[in-house]
Amino acid sequence: MKATPVLKVENLLVKRGGVTVLDISSLFIREGEILTLIGPNGTGKSTVLLTLACLLKPFRGSIIFKGQRVDTHQAIFAYRRKLSMVFQEPLLFNATVFDNVASGLKIRGMGKGDIQRRVMECLERFGISHLGRRSARKLSGGEAQRTSLARAFATLPEIVFLDEPFASLDPPGRESLIEDLGGILRETQTTAILATHDLQEALRLSDRLAVMNEGKIVQIGPPAEVMDHPVDLFVASFVGMETLMTGSVIEVGEGEGAFTVSISGHHVQVAGVATPGEKVVCGIRPEHVTLGTDPPRGKSAIRNVLSGKILKIVSLGLFCKVYLHCGFMVVAFVTRQFGENLSLKVGEDVTASFEATAVHVIRRGK
Amino acid sequence: MDLLLEGICKAFYLLITFDPEVMGITLLSLRISGTATIISLLIGISAGTYVALSEFSGRKFVVSLINTGMAFPPVVVGLFVTIFLWRSGPLGFLEILYTPTAMIIAQAIIATPIVTGISMAAIQQLPGNLRLQILALGATRFQMLWILMKEARLPLLAAVMAGFGGVISEIGASIMVGGNIKGYSRVLTTATVMETSRGNFEIAIALSVILLLFVFLINAILTQIQQQERPR
Repeated sequence: MKATPVLKVENLLVKRGGVTVLDISSLFIREGEILTLIGPNGTGKSTVLLTLACLLKPFRGSIIFKGQRVDTHQAIFAYRRKLSMVFQEPLLFNATVFDNVASGLKIRGMGKGDIQRRVMECLERFGISHLGRRSARKLSGGEAQRTSLARAFATLPEIVFLDEPFASLDPPGRESLIEDLGGILRETQTTAILATHDLQEALRLSDRLAVMNEGKIVQIGPPAEVMDHPVDLFVASFVGMETLMTGSVIEVGEGEGAFTVSISGHHVQVAGVATPGEKVVCGIRPEHVTLGTDPPRGKSAIRNVLSGKILKIVSLGLFCKVYLHCGFMVVAFVTRQFGENLSLKVGEDVTASFEATAVHVIRRGK
Repeated sequence: MDLLLEGICKAFYLLITFDPEVMGITLLSLRISGTATIISLLIGISAGTYVALSEFSGRKFVVSLINTGMAFPPVVVGLFVTIFLWRSGPLGFLEILYTPTAMIIAQAIIATPIVTGISMAAIQQLPGNLRLQILALGATRFQMLWILMKEARLPLLAAVMAGFGGVISEIGASIMVGGNIKGYSRVLTTATVMETSRGNFEIAIALSVILLLFVFLINAILTQIQQQERPR
């Protein structure tokens, strides 16, 4: 991935029926980067993609591709020939798989021999070379979406827009397609913008995440940063930071880089800097909370140990999500095996421990 | 019953012997209705596609106008075309009333709303994002429209059938603007009416059988194409 931004947008405003549906002051994507727009349904992710692909005219704002403003009819047309887009529905033509994959090349007037070679390469790359002669109407969901992706990659696009491409697939098909697409994007060094509401999907594919809410990008950064340091409560809850506790700073340790927050009468040690009296929301990711039946013995790096009662255990297959009441709600992930070993049951008393560095603070002012 | 059987026998006799008058009438019918259908396809598919893909104020009104047009009574069309082409009418200087050209115009006016309405529905039933997908593949506007029409080819074939079926069998407008002139503007329907009114039932039945055969044959061919492409 190169550091140069390949696509930039500035002061983008999209209105629909007089109502603002998208408001982005600035956004860029670097060459070879995979940027994921993530957010609940209806937050404007698809609108961003359509606008960036010049398929939807913004009310205001400019799109700059490789340093050139895309604003005239000719510039838009030339730009569209450098991009590809894949939608949630495969949108295949009523033709064979081969003809579908060849369609972008035929539109460009490419010669038969070159089309044949390029299509075969793409079919091979997406693992569908055996389906070339099959009618697109007779494909499974996964095969159809692979065909759609092969069609998008056949034109060797400089940037690909992927709008929830895995959303309508069943789990096995989805898994393998995410895997294959990730590999192809890295191998071909294709710049891509993906829109999804699925966090796992985003984490597996992205170099950067942009979290969207109500038509705005509320946070953008590398996945680890967004996951561990959400800027507000919306991002925190969207990225799965389920323990969110409101409290105020009561004590600041001298030179230790730590402070104490009082939450419903309980004290929580937090790493970082704060001023006494500051109102904060403390967030902890469930995977950072360790459960036990006894308090940890000896001197431990773990700074916070809370006693609580199990309110609910939700099975997630190989994992369990445990909801505890420790004066406030704390959520922890444990493996199913670990839960069985500890014989975790609803109503039972347990201890929840987490390091001071695991607590993420969202400031709320004094 | 004898009358009916006699009529059918006579029809086959006329067909097998390539009766010049019947052949002339048949060919003229085909030429007039075929030309009118082609004109209606050119206008109707373009207009239907435009309305299907565009957003403009008054769109609903235009759609209801098209739908009303689909049920235009041919006699009313015939009446207005006659008035327009009448010697003292707005287009009287063209001097084409009681000619096959006038019949083509009237039939095209009848078929165009039918083709427009069906084309509009055909394009509208395509997935909403398909147009954007085609543009994202780098298509020009013209290429996009062409691909959309190819995708809607099956329902568009229905437009061809409905348009042609509507005009080959209409009578009101043809008789009013064509005048049913022997060897010049006499077509299958106008000839059938005339022969019936004269009591020449054999010839009337013969002409009807030919008309039915035609309608059946053309629709059978189009249906065959349509059903071959049906997703299974």
